Amino acid sequence: MADRVASEPDFVRQALRVAAKDLRIEWRSREVFSTMTFLAVVVVLIFSFAFVVEGARPPAPVVAGILWVAVVVSGTVALSRAFDREREGEAIRSLLLSPAPRSAIYVGKLIATICLMLVTEAVLTGLCVVLFGAHVDAMLAQVVLLLVLGTVGVAAAGCVFSAALLRARGRDALLATLLYPIIVPIVIAGARGTAQLLDVKPDLDGARFWTQFLFALDILFVTAGLWAFEPVVGGD
Amino acid sequence: MLSAVGKIYGGRRALHGVSARFEPGRVAAVLGPNGAGKTTLLGILSTLVSPSSGTVRWGDDPLGRGSPSRAHIGYVGHDPGLYVDLTARENLKFFSALHGCDATPGRVDRLLARVGLADVPDDATARTFSRGMLQRLALARALAHDPALLLFDEPSAALDPAGAAWLQTELAAERTAGRTVVLVTHDLEATAAIADQVLILRRGRVVLDATPAGGFQADALRSAYREATGG
Repeated sequence: MADRVASEPDFVRQALRVAAKDLRIEWRSREVFSTMTFLAVVVVLIFSFAFVVEGARPPAPVVAGILWVAVVVSGTVALSRAFDREREGEAIRSLLLSPAPRSAIYVGKLIATICLMLVTEAVLTGLCVVLFGAHVDAMLAQVVLLLVLGTVGVAAAGCVFSAALLRARGRDALLATLLYPIIVPIVIAGARGTAQLLDVKPDLDGARFWTQFLFALDILFVTAGLWAFEPVVGGD
Repeated sequence: MLSAVGKIYGGRRALHGVSARFEPGRVAAVLGPNGAGKTTLLGILSTLVSPSSGTVRWGDDPLGRGSPSRAHIGYVGHDPGLYVDLTARENLKFFSALHGCDATPGRVDRLLARVGLADVPDDATARTFSRGMLQRLALARALAHDPALLLFDEPSAALDPAGAAWLQTELAAERTAGRTVVLVTHDLEATAAIADQVLILRRGRVVLDATPAGGFQADALRSAYREATGG
């Protein structure tokens, strides 16, 4: 019977296949991306009307806070849709029956979600520069690094909850309820680090601390995700 | 082979000590009223559901979530198990690649031709397919890795008569190809026409496991079913 399978596909390829499949579907419909971006822009606009006085540049912590709230809100849309395509037509069953390790499926979903969130965050960052005159240019690489690390952490936790809620009623509301308390440290670290970078006098040491803190959280969340995904998607 | 398999869901016993043997080149039909445990049995055979007790073996190998033998299971359910936003070719390419099989366009085309979908447009996503076309594509997906064990969960549900007739032919073809076919169904007529072995479940227990040499007659099967299930 062993000769029926041509070759044992490796973990990385399996994960990339799952990610590429998700991104291909999204590229075709742009359904999740357009919803995420629309929501993120609306959040930024509402906050800008609420907190920004005409003619005055808002303080860096306000801009950082608005940016990270928009990241989390738009990211929740991506996460709540992360397993929709698996649920429709019961594709999840075929995926779980394949020899792909479940951790590879998790990593694939994680990569696709991170890609989607990062594209939306690029739009968001540009919007913050235009609306708030944020000093991003000098610290762009550091701000991008904070956003990437924060996104990895949010997506790592969110993909597990999204999979756990695959068949749950009211999963959109449940996802936010379960996810937000878990990702509070990520949002605080991201917002504090970004604020220190966007300040007129950037605090590079402070930002470095929050970057390292986010990196440590990412390791924790991705490890926990890899461990939790298998029992969470179990067929029983 | 199932040996004294039991399954408990949250204190409710879905299967009690089920033992059965399914042979290559045979179609085994699993029958029973709703809630009898048919789908749980198929779930255990597919390795998606773990038994609470007993053992499942494929040849000499244990069949479970971590065993290599699970790569040789094909599953066709009432839902197609496909990505409806991908085209037929993209679906087959994706699942073939996941199974480590040849996912070249030539092989994908052969799989489509095998289930009568050779002419399906390249750019049509599965979402645009009829129920019958989806079921054909689901079979192609299940056959993509050339499985030795094919599991069907009420595959003819919602199929029109032409689709159901096509499915009968396919089941016969899979039997001829030497696969072990296990079919969960409520359709006694179809079972009588195709099955070599009938397993009837009632309240999670096997109440009949028959493999008559001359096959089944529809009337005899109906009577046996009524007697076994009390309905």
